[in-house]
Amino acid sequence: MNSSPNVGPDLTGGGASAPREEGWRQAVAIAVAQPVAGPLFALVVIKAVFSLTTTTFLNVGNLSLIFQQSVVIGTLALGQTLIILVAGIDLACAAIMVLATVVIGSVATEGNVALAFVLGAVACVAVAAINGIAVTRFRLPPFIATLGMLTIITAGARLYTNSRSYPISSDWLMLMGSGPASGLVTFSYGSMLWIGLTFLLSYALTQTAWGTHVYAVGSSPSAARLNGIYVDRVIFSVYALAGVFYFLAAWQALGRTPIADPSGYQAANLDSITAVVIGGSSLFGGRGGVAGTFVGTLIVTVLKNGLTQAGIDSLYQQIGTGILVILAVGWDQYFRSGRKA
Amino acid sequence: MSDKRIVMQGIGLSKRFGHVVAMDHADFELASGEIMAVVGDNGAGKSTLIRVLSGASVPDEGKVFLDGEEVHFRSPLEARLVGIETVYQELAVATEMDVAQNLFLGRELRKPGWAGRWFRQLDKAEMRAQAAEHMQALGIRIQSIRQKVETLSGGQRQAVAVARASAWGRKVVILDEPTAALGVRETRQVLDLILRVRDHGLAVVLICHNMPDVFEIADRIHIHRLGRRATVVDPKVVKPNQVVAIMTGALDAASVPSALLAPVAA
Amino acid sequence: MTMNERKFRSAGKLLGTTLLAAGLFAAPQAAFADGYKIGVVEQQLANPFFGKLQAAAVQRAKELGLTTMTAESTVAGDAASQVNGIENMINQGVKGIVLDPGSASALVPIVKKARAAGIIVVTTNTSLEPPTAADASYETDNFAAGVLIGQWAKAKIGANPRVTLIDYDLSDKTSKARHDGFLKGFGLTETSKEIAGTALTQANVDGGQQAMENLIAAHPDINVAYTINEPAAQGAALAAKRAGKKVVFTSIDGSCSGVRSVVDGTIGATVMQFPSNMGRLAVDAIDKAVKTGEKPSGINNSGTVLITDQPVAGIESKDSKWGLANCWGE
Ligand SMILES: Nc1ncnc2c1ncn2[C@@H]1O[C@H](COP(=O)(O)OP(=O)(O)OP(=O)(O)O)[C@@H](O)[C@H]1O
Ligand SMILES: [Mg+2]
Repeated sequence: MNSSPNVGPDLTGGGASAPREEGWRQAVAIAVAQPVAGPLFALVVIKAVFSLTTTTFLNVGNLSLIFQQSVVIGTLALGQTLIILVAGIDLACAAIMVLATVVIGSVATEGNVALAFVLGAVACVAVAAINGIAVTRFRLPPFIATLGMLTIITAGARLYTNSRSYPISSDWLMLMGSGPASGLVTFSYGSMLWIGLTFLLSYALTQTAWGTHVYAVGSSPSAARLNGIYVDRVIFSVYALAGVFYFLAAWQALGRTPIADPSGYQAANLDSITAVVIGGSSLFGGRGGVAGTFVGTLIVTVLKNGLTQAGIDSLYQQIGTGILVILAVGWDQYFRSGRKA
Repeated sequence: MSDKRIVMQGIGLSKRFGHVVAMDHADFELASGEIMAVVGDNGAGKSTLIRVLSGASVPDEGKVFLDGEEVHFRSPLEARLVGIETVYQELAVATEMDVAQNLFLGRELRKPGWAGRWFRQLDKAEMRAQAAEHMQALGIRIQSIRQKVETLSGGQRQAVAVARASAWGRKVVILDEPTAALGVRETRQVLDLILRVRDHGLAVVLICHNMPDVFEIADRIHIHRLGRRATVVDPKVVKPNQVVAIMTGALDAASVPSALLAPVAA
Repeated sequence: MTMNERKFRSAGKLLGTTLLAAGLFAAPQAAFADGYKIGVVEQQLANPFFGKLQAAAVQRAKELGLTTMTAESTVAGDAASQVNGIENMINQGVKGIVLDPGSASALVPIVKKARAAGIIVVTTNTSLEPPTAADASYETDNFAAGVLIGQWAKAKIGANPRVTLIDYDLSDKTSKARHDGFLKGFGLTETSKEIAGTALTQANVDGGQQAMENLIAAHPDINVAYTINEPAAQGAALAAKRAGKKVVFTSIDGSCSGVRSVVDGTIGATVMQFPSNMGRLAVDAIDKAVKTGEKPSGINNSGTVLITDQPVAGIESKDSKWGLANCWGE
């Protein structure tokens, strides 16, 4: 660090480090400041390993497949990112999405696709908003509120459907699964939507006052409140908006698998959290972003895809994912405590 | 003092936390263009008083007047909207955010034209420029306006909080121990800053434990003891050891001349 | 927001009314029937398989003039609710208990206690560990079911099979028995060259789909698939169809949705289970023991029938029409 006369003393906590160490520190500083750098690096490494160990991993068809497989988790994870940024968590995100798919499936089976679509959206946003109310108005810890919601919604969806699944036949409802294709590569509308939403949310978080307030609330709710931010309103808006993402994920899910199955996507609740955490967002709130989540989602899918293809027992996939989560959270903790000390 | 007008007044303010009586029918007054120091032992209830005055807490009892009109602040935002800025003892900075973001937190600037109007885009460049300018004007030295507050030292964080309050205050600036963590040079800067704020015509409430500093810059001194105001004195009339004696209860407040403007409530 | 809140509240009211109604209907039933009392302990009723089993047991008890008490677990693997239910039944002096255990081991102590109190305990659907912890069990022979589809698939595919197995957690008894049965029926072992790849799923549609997508990408020559259940088969078949591959799918369950997939050719063959048989046979066994003192024993197959519209010589099967008439669930 150059010491221009205008710079106050003692900013870096010990400016007398050797130049080489300086470079290392700078690299670390970049990784910390840009939460997407770490996950991206991990993704590249994992991809490289798989492309060496399996012959099929790197072909374009498979890469396209990885993308298709990421879309639903990825869109759920966008909503999850919002909630984690305000130091919350949503254990029920995929269950809420599944509820929407079966509502859509059942109503569409009766013949009214437009009504089905609207009711699906209403169900998602309403349930997500109830989570928001539980967390803000009733001050329930998000973990408890959404855990309760998870069991209620899972059982509710089964009761509602009597555990049957609904085949989807409407082109509109299956739209997200189609899209321009050439050979093995499909660029589905669902993936376009995922990418579009990622950009949109990234803009909202980094370029608008609302986004700044989301980070402020996650970083320190009491400071945000003393600065005149309506903390509860911001948190509620985050949960409700997450509901919109869950609905869009439901639409994508019907495009990918045109069967509305009440027992579907059980692993996606945690997969979405995994994607967010591996993507570098902090479970303590206030730090991270959707670019990291995008990469985190790809990592989660790539691990499943690559390990299945390499013929490795799926239990190892789960171990691998678990290790990544612990590394990601450990990294976050390490730098937090490092800086606070 | 006769030309001074009372801008802010508190009458019979009380606040309890369970069994703890943090404030017990405390009175307060603040005249325009003055620096009112508030002194008292730890736990005397000074912070509780200013939290009530600034909308951070709602009193159990008592009234707050601003320019002679009763006000009921339910949040710090409502106080800020009428021109009262506060630096809380716990600073209230968002540590994950940078200096410029903190200075503009809750009052972000949008880009002019369609980007701001339709896409609600923030004008980050403008906010950074203004923040840098302001910090420079205050003589606060930090490396970069884009530095996250968590990477700043305790003193620098305090400087950021003070800068924010002084930048936005239009009527009253309240500072709860703004120099507690500062070095000699930085303390000097904050004191100079407070004087400048006063010279701009704002009224300042300063909670401070350092008697020499208090006697240097305060126009009047509010002495707080056991959750209420013991008295208000003029530093040009009363000696520091007398203030300390009143604070601790060794000296009766009535034995020194009062500098109160408003008649004391019954 | 008020609309949502109102909705939420009225949903709560509805739930309350439903519970109340359930209580009102349950009470007189217990009061009016004569004969002795038995208990029926099921797993979560949201699953139609368990629902069907319980309904069959209660129906059979009614036919025999018995009173029933029911209890069920709330989520998969929830043994605690079942333990509570059995304790209540012991207190109420039931003579027999039909139990669909949510856990093979966690229920053993309470079953021991019930039997010590002279109660006949018959498990259904799956047995305890060890199975002799209960008097007897009526359940699908999942290994035999696996053998059936294994044999059928081998006969169907002929030369050059490339096999994939889409499993559920293999530490689960049922899952393991089906898997092993299929291999046996096909004449394979875990390490046979014919097995292209395997995958673990949550036994649902999207899990089956994703697993099959990955497997096909790595092994485009896969032509036979074993699946843990019909939803997984439906998902996997979708993946194969999208990839333009012809794969013969086999499965186990016999749900109506699964049989419809046999009708439309998505699934080549499935094995039907008979939850209503399990319930009926279990109640009959208890009644016989109470009336004659002749206690039931052993693990009894409640029936496995191969459902396919492409029968092969030497393997007994029924067509999908029969399947639709005898399936469970929707
Ligand atoms: N949120 C709270 N909950 C419970 N008690 C509180 C709370 N805030 C303040 N108190 C109590 O009220 C009394 C006054 O506290 P206050 O912070 O106003 O003192 P202070 O004069 O600012 O002290 P210091 O000089 O140490 O900052 C103390 O006894 C304190 O413990
Ligand atoms: Mg204080």
